[in-house]
Amino acid sequence: MKEQLAKIRAEALSAFESVKDAAALDELRVRYLGKKGELTAVLKQMGKLSAEERPAMGQLANEVRSALEGALDAATQKMEAAALELKLKAETVDVTIPGKQVQVGRRHPMNTALDEIKEIFIGMGFTVLDGPEIELAELNFDRLNAEEGHPSRDWSDTFYFDTDERVMLRSQTSPMQVRAMDSMELPIRIIAPGRVYRKDEVDATHSPMFHQVEGMVIDRHVTMADLKGTLNLLAEQLFGAGTVTRFRPHHFPFTEPSCEMDVQCHKCGGAGCPTCKGEGWIELLGAGMIHPHVLEMAGIDPEEWSGWAFGMGLERTAMRRFKIDDLRLIFENDVRFLEQF
Amino acid sequence: MNLSRKWLNEFVKVDIPDREFAEAMTLSGSKVEGTADLGADIKHVVVGRILSMERHPDSDHMWVCQLDVGKDESVQIVTGAWNIHEGDLVPVALHNSTLPGGKKITKGKLRGVMSNGMLCSLSELGLDERDFPYGVITAAALLNDYKPIDPAKPSIPADIQPGHKIFGPVVAAKVLECMPLGDGSYHTCMEVKDGTVCPDIHCDNVHVGDMVAYNEKTDDICTLADLHAEQREFPHCIPDGIFVLQEDCKPGDDIKAVTGQDDHVVEFEITPNRPDCLSVIGLAREVSATFDTPLTLHEPVVKGGADGALTDLLDVETPAADLVPRYTARMVRNVKIAPSPKWMRERLRAMGVRPINNIVDITNYVMLEYGQPMHAFDYRYVNGGKIIVRRAEDGEKLTTLDGKEHILNANHLVIADEGRAVGLAGIMGGLNSEIVADTADVVFESACFDGTCIRKGALALGMRTEASAKFEKGLDPMNTLPAVNRACELVELLGAGEVVDGVIDILNNVPQPWTVTMDPEKVNALLGTDIEAVDMYQLLERVEIHTKEKNFPNGPAQVVIPSWRGDVRRLADLAEEVARFHGYNNIPTTLMRGQTTQGGYSPVQKLENKLGELCRTCGYSEIITYSFISPAAYDKILWGKDDAHRKSFKILNPLGEDTSIMRTTTLPSMLEVLGRNWNNRNKAVWLYELGRIYMPKTPSKPMDADDPALAGSKAKLEGIGLAGLTEAVVDAVNELGRDDGLAMEAQILTLGGYGGGMDFFTMKGAVEAVMKGIRAKDVHFEACTEDPSYHPGRCAYVYSGTDIVGVFGQIHPQAARNFGVDGELYCAELSFDELLIAQGADPEYAPLPKFPAVTRDIAVVCGEGVTVGALETAIRKGARGLLKDVALFDIYRGKGIGEGKKSVAFNLTLRSDDRSLTGEEADEDVKSILETLEKDCGAVLR
Repeated sequence: MKEQLAKIRAEALSAFESVKDAAALDELRVRYLGKKGELTAVLKQMGKLSAEERPAMGQLANEVRSALEGALDAATQKMEAAALELKLKAETVDVTIPGKQVQVGRRHPMNTALDEIKEIFIGMGFTVLDGPEIELAELNFDRLNAEEGHPSRDWSDTFYFDTDERVMLRSQTSPMQVRAMDSMELPIRIIAPGRVYRKDEVDATHSPMFHQVEGMVIDRHVTMADLKGTLNLLAEQLFGAGTVTRFRPHHFPFTEPSCEMDVQCHKCGGAGCPTCKGEGWIELLGAGMIHPHVLEMAGIDPEEWSGWAFGMGLERTAMRRFKIDDLRLIFENDVRFLEQF
Repeated sequence: MNLSRKWLNEFVKVDIPDREFAEAMTLSGSKVEGTADLGADIKHVVVGRILSMERHPDSDHMWVCQLDVGKDESVQIVTGAWNIHEGDLVPVALHNSTLPGGKKITKGKLRGVMSNGMLCSLSELGLDERDFPYGVITAAALLNDYKPIDPAKPSIPADIQPGHKIFGPVVAAKVLECMPLGDGSYHTCMEVKDGTVCPDIHCDNVHVGDMVAYNEKTDDICTLADLHAEQREFPHCIPDGIFVLQEDCKPGDDIKAVTGQDDHVVEFEITPNRPDCLSVIGLAREVSATFDTPLTLHEPVVKGGADGALTDLLDVETPAADLVPRYTARMVRNVKIAPSPKWMRERLRAMGVRPINNIVDITNYVMLEYGQPMHAFDYRYVNGGKIIVRRAEDGEKLTTLDGKEHILNANHLVIADEGRAVGLAGIMGGLNSEIVADTADVVFESACFDGTCIRKGALALGMRTEASAKFEKGLDPMNTLPAVNRACELVELLGAGEVVDGVIDILNNVPQPWTVTMDPEKVNALLGTDIEAVDMYQLLERVEIHTKEKNFPNGPAQVVIPSWRGDVRRLADLAEEVARFHGYNNIPTTLMRGQTTQGGYSPVQKLENKLGELCRTCGYSEIITYSFISPAAYDKILWGKDDAHRKSFKILNPLGEDTSIMRTTTLPSMLEVLGRNWNNRNKAVWLYELGRIYMPKTPSKPMDADDPALAGSKAKLEGIGLAGLTEAVVDAVNELGRDDGLAMEAQILTLGGYGGGMDFFTMKGAVEAVMKGIRAKDVHFEACTEDPSYHPGRCAYVYSGTDIVGVFGQIHPQAARNFGVDGELYCAELSFDELLIAQGADPEYAPLPKFPAVTRDIAVVCGEGVTVGALETAIRKGARGLLKDVALFDIYRGKGIGEGKKSVAFNLTLRSDDRSLTGEEADEDVKSILETLEKDCGAVLR
């Protein structure tokens, strides 16, 4: 019997090893492990054995059965794996065929630039303010120290709705400084983006309507060094770490001292090239310490409070950010342009 | 403002390259826009002396010249010009030289003769006769150049001989001798019939051997004009040629130094607060402060001594004293009008001013140097020797120097004599007192006029001049006297006339020196710096701001502001002066300290962002359009002529009609962009904009929606299906309490598109997605047939509850055509304020269903007139509480369905929250639904 078992084992293992298809495998399973199979037939002879022989032989028989079952499993798995492989092969696709189109709309590049600026300032505790575009000249000019006679009040520069020059299209977002001072509790940290209007004919760098973002801080002990620090941070966030800036004295009626901030030309690194008109620097924004008289007009004591403000053109920032070379593209809204962003 | 660096160097010596100069000035606050090397284009052009001239062997008009150009060997150059003579000094462009405009000169053969360069005319050097008046060339009619118009009938015989009569006293003469005298005239000897004549002539093209027309009566030779000849009859006798130099120079000298083109010009952007920098001296002060280099100003010295006493000759009255803070005048007699000397012309030219004559040039020179506009007028036209500075009379007429007549009024300030106006004060002189060639006595006016008056006057007359631009910024009244003295000094220097002793100087309103308390500690606190007090005072001293003792104290002190610094009025201004010369870039950078504030977006801004995201997710790209439109845009979107909604904010001074009114609808803006894309042949275009409209309104007190003042805007809003906006209007009015004549600026979310599968239901899908995205409640749609801009059968209102949120649909084909589109355009206009109201609350989790749903498909046949919406309503009404969802899945017309009917199929989802439904329970509900469909809609199960 021992020999019989050994024979079955050897034959079966070899048969399972070399089986070719599922039907043949099933046939082998029935032949060796089935109820009428060879192994069962041998086991049926167990009764003929002596009580002493039986356990050892039983154990041997079980070992053979388990070996056969293991071999059967292995053969089954191998067979299934081969079948799956065939199926997968048949299912191969041409991955270079284009995907099914999902149309996704784009943010206008100007607003993308604005979003970045908003995020930067919100992170620093600023509130975003909105205000009217049809504005009082009083807020756009008088309250900002640009009194009658200031050149920016000319009809050649500013759009008016009445001959008294009372109501106008705001020429800057700066009246939002006044609106904030008039309506908010101190200390104030705001930015105010929006549309502004100046009487410029449309060309590659001018448009009668464009966008600015105003920023303002009023607090105790605010210094020009703070202004520089904050604006440097803005430049780095917009144009990358290590962006080099410089500050130049300038004049705005509502700030004193006033400055403009330039960013070193990204193209030439300051050596001078056509992009920066040979200067090595590109003007980014105007800023300054809020003029004490502007604070006084808002009922804020300049001896106790000080502040800084800045204003920057968004189109130009977006144009620099995305290397757009013609302002008209911004307002033409051709999808071939819009879909690039 | 252009600045000649040569002129600047007279006051402050700074000898560094333009780029470094520009950088330093920019960083101290005088922004440099650009620099120019005036002679950058001119290379290898030198002075040459003509050693000899021979006629070209192979040409009837060219000369072969040998020139001394300062080298060992002479240079041979061929020229076609006829105005040169042996001994002349001329500009020579040598081999491999360049001229203005990038013109390159190389050697080459001209009709077989080698020419090693070119002799230059004024224009070839980038100059004209205003720069060098003596460079004007007068051409004689040379008979040997005569080409008859009709060869058969010459007016002058080809074989004419000396002495032959041409007409009247004019005879032919042969030139035997022609000697340049160095001043543009020539000594000649000529053969006539009976011997020789030796006139001194001024024609530049005469040479030995030429035959000329000699006028025996005037003892001069004839030009073309004298012979009444046409240019083509004397093709080479032209008033053009080589620039023969009368400058003090020698062969080999660089021409740029000779013509004054070796200067460098720096262009500054001068901000309106610094009118003092609109002058050479003003900028010299800034340069001196920037480089901490001494400033050397010059005190004008006038010898005077002309006949007569000023007080007898001239009397000045200023009845409009309020508009004339100061009026200063001097007189010059026996004026000799002539060109200015070269140095003056050079400087004027470098600063962009064309030289005219000595007196006019002096006034311009002083204006540039001192920043003080000067006016010179002819004394003989000042009747009664009296100048009156007064307001013009209403209707008074004056013709200004530019030849234009103006009708004036009391807002204008005029310079007048006893009878009439002779000039517009601070703007332009009068034609009736212009300096002309025979002017003998001149009055120099150096005044300070009220800036606002000049600005308004110039604006009203549409004639902003250089003078008015300066006056309107407010000039330093202390400047008038040095300026007028400088003018008189220059008159004497140029020998242009004799100055009368004395000055008329009327001081109506000359302010006392301004003082400010300087507080170094406060300045440091404002700047965030730690500059020593003493250092601050030293920085201020650079711009001539001193303490009274001119010392540098270690604490607060009074400082005196110079008269020309009207912009420095308080401590903040001093802080800027300190910062400028300390260097803005030396101020440290710190981050904000102080109380922290809570930043972030408001609910309105959050919704704005959300709506944008939703539109982009639906495939729409953002656009930005102009807020102003053409009034014709309302026609293009087919609004009625008397549509109340046409009432818009109108810009009084628009750039053009197309951008003249503030839109009360965003639709034309969107359609214009769609039209442009269509025109550019873009195939699929889906766009959105969240933009403002500008509604006129003039409420005066808090109001409710029934306020009669709102009736107009309500009707208007209803007109475009935005009736719900009324509430938002009321809210905004009440919230802002506006009684200010400003606009109600409401935002509209506009979607628009064509192509890429766009149709009514695609647009509706986007609208639904937006409404779903903001979790709007009770959203439903109703057909809109009355909006004129839309297809009457493909337009709908979108509601949230009872509020209309907006309108959408296919644009009326006529409107689409008005924007150049011959296809279907779809748009949606949603009121932002209504969306804000419709926005649902933050979501709250609802448990997922525990029991399975049963689905049933039904198809019913109904009349064409029954809407799917009505069927859905009936289905929901008929259900008995188990219906969770209804979904349309098919509409079928045709075979098997009667004429005028349609089959509509729905997928119904039924579910109970507390048990598994049985088929029977579901069928009960469906049965009830079918009954209701039949009863309410006449729809029967198919």
